[in-house]
Parts: sequence; structure tokens; C-alpha cells
Amino acid sequence: MNLISEIGRFIIFMKFVLHRPEKAKVFWKITFREMYLIGIDSVLIVILIATFTGAVTTIQTANQLLSPSDLFPTQLMPKFVIGAVVGTSSLLELAPTVTCLVLAGKIGANIASEIGNMKVSEQIDAYEVMGINSASFVTLPKIVAGLIMIPCLIIIANFLLIYGGVLACKATTSLTADDLIQGARLVFKPLYLKVMLTKSFIFAFLITSLSSFQGYYTTGGALEVGIAGTKAVTKICIFILFFDLIIAQLFLKS
Amino acid sequence: MIKIEHLDKWFDDRQILFDINTEFKPGVANLVIGASGSGKSVLIKCMVGLLEPTNGKILYGDQDFISLEYQHKQNLRREIGMLFQNNALFDSLTVEENIDFPLRMFSKMSPEERKERVNFCLEKVQLTNANKKYPAEISGGMKKRVGIARAIALEIKYLFCDEPNSGLDPLTSRVIDQLLVDITKEFNITTIINSHDMKTVMDIGEHIIFIYKGQNWWEGSKNEITEGRKSNKELNEFFLASF
Ligand SMILES: Nc1ncnc2c1ncn2[C@@H]1O[C@H](COP(=O)(O)OP(=O)(O)OP(=O)(O)O)[C@@H](O)[C@H]1O
Ligand SMILES: [Mg+2]
Repeated sequence: MNLISEIGRFIIFMKFVLHRPEKAKVFWKITFREMYLIGIDSVLIVILIATFTGAVTTIQTANQLLSPSDLFPTQLMPKFVIGAVVGTSSLLELAPTVTCLVLAGKIGANIASEIGNMKVSEQIDAYEVMGINSASFVTLPKIVAGLIMIPCLIIIANFLLIYGGVLACKATTSLTADDLIQGARLVFKPLYLKVMLTKSFIFAFLITSLSSFQGYYTTGGALEVGIAGTKAVTKICIFILFFDLIIAQLFLKS
Repeated sequence: MIKIEHLDKWFDDRQILFDINTEFKPGVANLVIGASGSGKSVLIKCMVGLLEPTNGKILYGDQDFISLEYQHKQNLRREIGMLFQNNALFDSLTVEENIDFPLRMFSKMSPEERKERVNFCLEKVQLTNANKKYPAEISGGMKKRVGIARAIALEIKYLFCDEPNSGLDPLTSRVIDQLLVDITKEFNITTIINSHDMKTVMDIGEHIIFIYKGQNWWEGSKNEITEGRKSNKELNEFFLASF
């Protein structure tokens, strides 16, 4: 019941948000600033996470598939299979989902506490009194910036995951970088790209809109602003995982 | 001129304002006074449309604010300035940009004209050498001045001030009070000031309404208070408690 009324409130909030901006020039100026904050400021963490995750995934997959077992003789296992596994899981899951879960913590908490602070310090009221649609004015630039920048970050993450794998191959003898890349190429399907992009846009929307929503309805003071940040991150993560499952079901069910 | 007719406000099952009726004239400092929690802020928020009254009318001139259509409401809002209890300055903008903000959003002025207007407003509130500072970098009194300057940036007809003296020392309070009165007279604005500062009341209170437990309990001028005319038990208690 609570969830349903929360979703109802969210839809009403979005109805206010999705309005034509009052002044296009002001809107784009704010949006560019947000693109910087959301995109450029997150590049470093995305580089770190993607490279390391790529390396670790490669090492672990290689270990699982190449270590001797009774079920399957290792010498029969073609090496490119590792590349295939790493490549597909990067594209389908690691790049969009893991990156966005990290970004939920970074961007989501940031947006929720920024807007929460504006709310409790009456800045939101100040916009309203001036006759500005405050929900749209503070939120829409963030959503647009997120929809532009987060997919870019995810595409970068994709390349870096493979790059991390290549680095890991250089450190081992059991697998070469060529095996890895050849395998990744061999199983690539345009459908996977579609899944990745779909996830990117949906997750980008979830991160920016849910955190704005949480911030916008903050009441109280500094303490509640902090709580809004934490709550936003939790909700975003739950919804990302939920939609992750739905998208996988929709596109990849065999 | 603003007229309030039969205004009630409920929060869930709690009534905060009871059948408020009054009238605020332009060019005079209208004060709304009362104890903490009596409903002053709720009254002001109803008047500017931040809260929706449960019953009643709020007439700006002859238009009822509550029943106006969205776009008309937005247009009317451009004639309203408000000074918030906590200033509500935009903290990502400098002093100058804060004052410029309503101009950039709603006026058709060129950048030069806007700059001129910003400086004019800063002069009005006697604030110099702070143009490029951020709100976090200036004192409470300066923030109030910026708040007032931003409120009057557009040529407003109505000015609302929620506790303009909260957090200020007595001396600065008097200066801010005087500033509000001067602006009110100079531009013939309808100004409504929430206050529980008795000094303010005795200084500038030309028209005072005393809110007691959500009701318009007493209405008059400061002279009527000092001369003991129309005396009222609750008002006297409130009055004495502040000294
Ligand atoms: N959004 C709200 N929801 C529920 N109750 C509220 C809300 N806003 C105010 N109230 C209640 O209305 C009453 C009047 O509050 P209000 O803020 O108007 O007091 P005030 O006269 O401005 O006091 P102060 O001088 O301390 O600012 C308080 O009891 C408060 O709890
Ligand atoms: Mg108040």
C-alpha cells in the first residue's frame, strides 16, 4: 500500500518535472553545469571500478574454466570461451549495472542531499513564490544531464572492462590478450548492445529522478537531509536491480 | 491592496487558522504579530500560495488568488516579493546573481540594464563590496539585505517578510525595519511583516494584526497600543512578556 502511494506521488512529481523550461538559455546553462558534475566528476571512479572489475573477472573466469575438474577435461576447453564470457558479462551486466550501482551512491546521494538542502532552507519555496515551477527547474537539468552523461560513462566502462581483462592476461601465462579479444568478438550480438543501452538510459533516469524525488520531499533540517541521501541510494539500488531483472527477462529470455 | 476573507487552514484534523478577515493597504507597514506557533507563518504561506487554505478568499486587488488559473497565478506571482525567515538565498549563486535571477527569468531587460537594476537594488539596501561573494561568505544582516534586494528586483507590488529580524542584533534589526518601511513608502508597496519583535512593532507598526491561537484577535495601530485604547488582555500579556 505504501509502495503504491509512493509510486503515485512519484508520478505526480514527474508530471510537474516534465514541463517545458521557462527560459531555454537558463535551462541549458544549468544542464551543462550538471553534465560536468555528473559526468566529468565521475570519470575517475568509473575508470577505477571498470578496470579492476575487468581484470578480476578475467582472472576468476579463467581460473574456473581452466582448472582441472572431473566434469570437463581442461585441454578440451577452447581459450576463447573465457573471452566470450568476460565480453558478454561486461556488456550485459558489469558495465551498465555495476557502474550504475556505484553511481547511485555517488550521484544519487549527492542530488538528494543537494535538493533536500534547498528544500529545508526554503530555496524551493523561493522559486515557487517567484512563479517558477520549482520541481522542473531543479530536477529537469539533472535528469537530462544524467541521460546524456551516464550512458557515455557506461560505454567507457565497457572498453575499460576489456582493457582490465587484457592487463590481467599480460600478467598470466594461461591466456593471451588475443584469446580474450577474439572470444569477446566471436559472441558479440547487436542485441547485447541494445540491452546495454536500454539499461543505461533506464538506470540513468532512475538515478537522477529518484534522488531528486527523495530530496524534493525532505522536511525538517540537516539531519533529514542526510537521511534523504541514504534513502535515495537504497531506493535507487533496489529499482536498478529490479529493472535489471525485467530487462534481462524481456530481451534475453530463451 | 490585499483582502483576506474567512480564511481557515487545517492540517489533517488540526485547525491552525480560524476565520481570518483583514485588509492590508499599500504604502504602510502591515505587521502580523503573535506568539510562536500562533500561525503567522502559515498565514503568510497561504497568502503567497505556498500552502492552500482550506476555506476563504485572498483577494489581490479584485482577483481571488486561490481560484486563479495556473498561468494567471504565475503572472501575479511576479508582482510578489518575499523575504524568507532563513533568507533562502540560492547558495550556488553569488550575491549579484541572486538579485539578477528574477530579472534573468522574467524581465526583457538587456544584460546592461539588468546590471544597472541589480546595482540599483543593492544601493537601496545599502550593501556594497559584496557583489561577487557567495551567501555562505556574508553575515546574517547582509543576507537579509540581499534577500530584500532580490525580493524587490522586479517591480513588485506586494512584499512579504517572514520574521525579518530573526537572528539579527537589535541595532541591525532597526536598520532592516527602517529599510523595509522606506521601500514600502517609496514604491507604494503593500508590505506584510511577520514579527514577534516588540521593538519592531513600536517602531514601525502602522497597522497591526495580533494573531492569538490562530485567530485575528486584535487589530489596530501602535498608537492604540501605547495610549491604551482598545486594550486587550492577551495582547497586553504578549506585550509585557517581551520586556
Ligand atoms: N506543514 C505543516 N504541517 C502541519 N502542521 C504545520 C505545518 N506548518 C505549520 N504547522 C503547524 O502550524 C502551527 C503554526 O505554525 P507557524 O509556523 O505558523 O507558527 P508561527 O506563528 O510562524 O511561529 P514562529 O513565530 O515560531 O515562526 C504550528 O503548531 C505548526 O506545528
Ligand atoms: Mg514563523
